[in-house]
Amino acid sequence: MALTERPPRSHGFMYVALTTAVLLTLVPFLWMLLGSFKTQSELLRDPTGWLPTSPTFQNYRSWLTDLGFGHYFRNSLIVAGFTVIGNLLFCSMVGYVLAKMSFPGKRLLFGLVLTTLMVPGVVTFVPLFVLVSKLRLVDTYPALILPFLVTPLGVFLMRQFMLGIPDSLIEAARMDGAGEIRIFARIVMPLCGPPLATLAILTFLSSWNNFLWPLVAAQSDSRYTLPVALSLYSTGQNATDYGLLLAGSVLTITPIIVLFVFLQRFFVQGVAGTGIK
Amino acid sequence: MATTTAPTKRAAPVGAGAYTMQGRRRQALIAWLFALPFVLFFGIFMLLPLVSSFVMSFTDFRSSDVQNPLNVDLVGLGQYAALFENPQFRQSMLNTAYFVVVGIPLTMAVALALAVALNSGITRFRTAFRVGFYTPVVTSIVAVAVVWRFILQDTGLLNQALTWVGVVGPDWLNSTTWAMPSLIVLTTWRNMGTLVIIFLAGLQNVPVELQEAAFVDGANAWQRFRRITLPILRPTLLLGAVLLSVAYLQFFEEAFVMTQGGPLDSTLSVTYFTYDQFGFGEYGFASAASYVLFVAIVLLSLVQFRAFRSLD
Repeated sequence: MALTERPPRSHGFMYVALTTAVLLTLVPFLWMLLGSFKTQSELLRDPTGWLPTSPTFQNYRSWLTDLGFGHYFRNSLIVAGFTVIGNLLFCSMVGYVLAKMSFPGKRLLFGLVLTTLMVPGVVTFVPLFVLVSKLRLVDTYPALILPFLVTPLGVFLMRQFMLGIPDSLIEAARMDGAGEIRIFARIVMPLCGPPLATLAILTFLSSWNNFLWPLVAAQSDSRYTLPVALSLYSTGQNATDYGLLLAGSVLTITPIIVLFVFLQRFFVQGVAGTGIK
Repeated sequence: MATTTAPTKRAAPVGAGAYTMQGRRRQALIAWLFALPFVLFFGIFMLLPLVSSFVMSFTDFRSSDVQNPLNVDLVGLGQYAALFENPQFRQSMLNTAYFVVVGIPLTMAVALALAVALNSGITRFRTAFRVGFYTPVVTSIVAVAVVWRFILQDTGLLNQALTWVGVVGPDWLNSTTWAMPSLIVLTTWRNMGTLVIIFLAGLQNVPVELQEAAFVDGANAWQRFRRITLPILRPTLLLGAVLLSVAYLQFFEEAFVMTQGGPLDSTLSVTYFTYDQFGFGEYGFASAASYVLFVAIVLLSLVQFRAFRSLD
């Protein structure tokens, strides 16, 4: 066809342009990584340098020993873990009935879910804090988890996928005398791998990177998540220890980047799917 | 969006007992039991705060009233009136508008250019490119802020690069003129990856035959893009614009970690203003500000739907 006869020159240009764009996009990460192996004095002496003149692991050693990286990492993992489990379970349950059952109040429920998709976080921020204080939950794990345990987006995602599961499958199971829980757990859920993967990734990502709420709801070192700890270090007494901060940044983003590179197919599905479908 | 009208294929209940009165009641009970955990958490942590915030915005609720909410007085639209008379709030609205008006077209244009390049028929490294552009999306703002502050400082990488072309760059984050553009570029960098993926999915819908026919008829690349790709891509562009405007109107975290709203409030956004008022304990005032933002988000989304529709 005509298009295949086009000269390969245009592709060469595309590769050059895209490679340049990707390199520009990734420059901050590269510089962050290289900087994390530099001493404070080197960073101050040469703030635009690339390769560390005498690479040091001291910044990482500080984080892993005195500064309690493991502790913050564990907090982030606990919060993200429970948030993911809650979303997977509860959003699928409500998604299932919204997609496959008819009951009074269904339209209202789904309408509320859709409406709240657009509510900015700051609207619920103040009352949420008052509520959490009233429940005496400030500075506890539940305060960091419960407000995110279910999300309208999760419900939407699961419902949309479950609409595509044939009714006949569910009907046949009912004929065979399977109860609703059994149908949900044994027939519907095993078919929902793709949206569950997407939801797990999106939830984990937003929980891991969540910053503002944990900054307010966690008030002691024992409950800080990684971004909160890092932000407090970057404004506190260590604010000028750039090497330390860069190492902290690398440690904060590495887990999520590793996860992303391995699961990038699902990330892409998720982003394209939530938008278009 | 399209979802509200999505056909619920045979939503009618299935199963033998479902058509009897008793069967229907039983199914309703089961359905609500399934929905119960969601309804519980959604009700307590989403709907309740949403309504309280609305009610609070008509009161003089302060942090000192938390222990004794009966001290609170209704003030009608008083908080809203005070809000629009507050010069700092008006400044924050202007800043947010600046951020949105420049940031959304910039992000869309960059993402569209990258998506079109990725879709131009290249076969190798597509995944690697996509991963590269998406990486900033998955990383914590707090972590990337550290390195961006370093890059944007007076003696940083950016200004060093500018000297190669003979330009003396400003102290980006400490300039009332340049702090906002810097944050816009940073935010574009952090969000373009999402739009690249959405646009790429949309570009798959552009029929190759149509492109080839136009090519045979002598249309050049720009004409084909303008007359074929863009019109087919319109729903996708609308989606991107709406997603971005919901996110960009809430602009906050970048300013919080990079400039603390400064210098001289030049990067103070509406969300930032609200957060500050919350910190001062002015809960009623903060709630009113947050509802102004909510209304703005809904309005802008509606306007975009209208604008894109009327192009048909």
